[in-house]
Amino acid sequence: MKQAQPSHWPASLGLLAALLALWWAIGRAGWVSPAFLPTPEATALSLVDGLRGDLLHAALNTIGRLLLGWLLASAAGVVLGAAIASTAALRPWVQPTLEFLRPLPASAVMPLAIALYGLSPAMVLAVIAFGAIWPTLLATVHGVSSVEPRLLDVARCLRLSRPAFLWKMGLPHAAPDILAGLRLSLTVSLLVCTLGEMLATQDGLGLTILLAARAYRANELFACLVLLSLIGLAGHALLVLAEHGLLRGRRA
Amino acid sequence: MPEAHARAPGPWRALRAAALPLLLLGLFEALARRAAALGSEQLAPPSAALRALLRAALDGSLWPATGFTLGAAALGLLIGAGLGTLVGIGLGLSPRASRAGFLSIELLRPLPSVALLPLVMLLFGFGTDLEVSLVAFSTFWPQVLLVQSAVRQVDPQLLELGRLLGLSTARRIRLIVLPAIAPRLLTAVRMGTGFSLVIALTVEIAGNPQGMGFAMLLAQQSLEPAMMIGWLMWIGAIGVLINTGMLRLQRALNRRLGVTVP
Repeated sequence: MKQAQPSHWPASLGLLAALLALWWAIGRAGWVSPAFLPTPEATALSLVDGLRGDLLHAALNTIGRLLLGWLLASAAGVVLGAAIASTAALRPWVQPTLEFLRPLPASAVMPLAIALYGLSPAMVLAVIAFGAIWPTLLATVHGVSSVEPRLLDVARCLRLSRPAFLWKMGLPHAAPDILAGLRLSLTVSLLVCTLGEMLATQDGLGLTILLAARAYRANELFACLVLLSLIGLAGHALLVLAEHGLLRGRRA
Repeated sequence: MPEAHARAPGPWRALRAAALPLLLLGLFEALARRAAALGSEQLAPPSAALRALLRAALDGSLWPATGFTLGAAALGLLIGAGLGTLVGIGLGLSPRASRAGFLSIELLRPLPSVALLPLVMLLFGFGTDLEVSLVAFSTFWPQVLLVQSAVRQVDPQLLELGRLLGLSTARRIRLIVLPAIAPRLLTAVRMGTGFSLVIALTVEIAGNPQGMGFAMLLAQQSLEPAMMIGWLMWIGAIGVLINTGMLRLQRALNRRLGVTVP
């Protein structure tokens, strides 16, 4: 959430502890078979054990893939978006296609990507990048092209070059949009990354989850879920921090 | 540098909009034909894909898969967004509840639904339940957050008024909160619609042997690239149709509610 004030923490941690206690009680009472729902202790044990070896390796693989695909797509999205938005002649040719491609579900491209790249790490990266580029690209186009017309006049009077205009006015103006796009694309990336690892049997948390479920090792599966949730949480927290930093810079 | 440009006349605008997709399709057609001539069994030109799609539409094999995916997505969205709206209103009205829920929500929200798939599969097996529950899980969290922030922006004086009039919580929600958040609720549902389709397809590609996602993966695995790309086009067309349909619906509803949203 945006306003992570310290006052959130006591109540938040309290509820989380209560949920964990509920989980523990359910496991203890034996209402659900441990094949589906391990106890919190077993999950924690499996997590600690795993982080000394395989699980750490898998998590690092997933994080690496996720970061690479997401960063590449985000950089490409911002650059392409800025180029499209700052070229008035280009926009009517390109923008309808972009709007058309936006609702195309990223995971639906995976069979095509498998046909093109085979079951390889490149396939997973390509689909992550494909899925992650749209939110950022469209947000950048929207943000840069909604710069106030008077600012455009100022830029023209100052004879700003296009890169200077983008750097000094366009991108700063688009920053909140771009950050929202980045947050959305991070969610998409994590989803596609997990799916890709499962389908292409690439070493990572997705594959570990699949194998753990097949072997009914629920504690290992839950340990992976905890790691995935922490990865997603960390990513979003970093983006929120970046947003706060940017907004503070703007106010100053 | 962006410049305000006059709106071009209709046909010219349509032509410009269609130029890039046609160019890309032409390029793909040429590339795929060359690949096919070289003996590739993985790619097919768009013309062959369209023929395969038409054949599937005529022999009826297109419709059950389409219906399954759309049905599962819609049902999942109904459950996920419905519960999400309720929880979001609750969290929006009670700052204490929202403070307490913050960390748990932030921990559960980023879980990609496909990571939960193996676990839910152990519970439900393959089928509708699996897909609907995962769509519901994924659409629940964004809905909670969007509704919560919408409720926070309801004029506090209105809520105060409701309290002064001695309205029950249910009536306050129905008479004050819901009308006030209606436009943003519609936006949330529209975004959820697109997301539910993504999740449904993902679940099918990841393992649930039903629906369009599975049909597409099956076409790829059985070396029928024309049908595979035909499915991709069909899925893309459905995505666009649903997106524009929801946008229109949202605008029409907003107009009826008397809200002017650009």
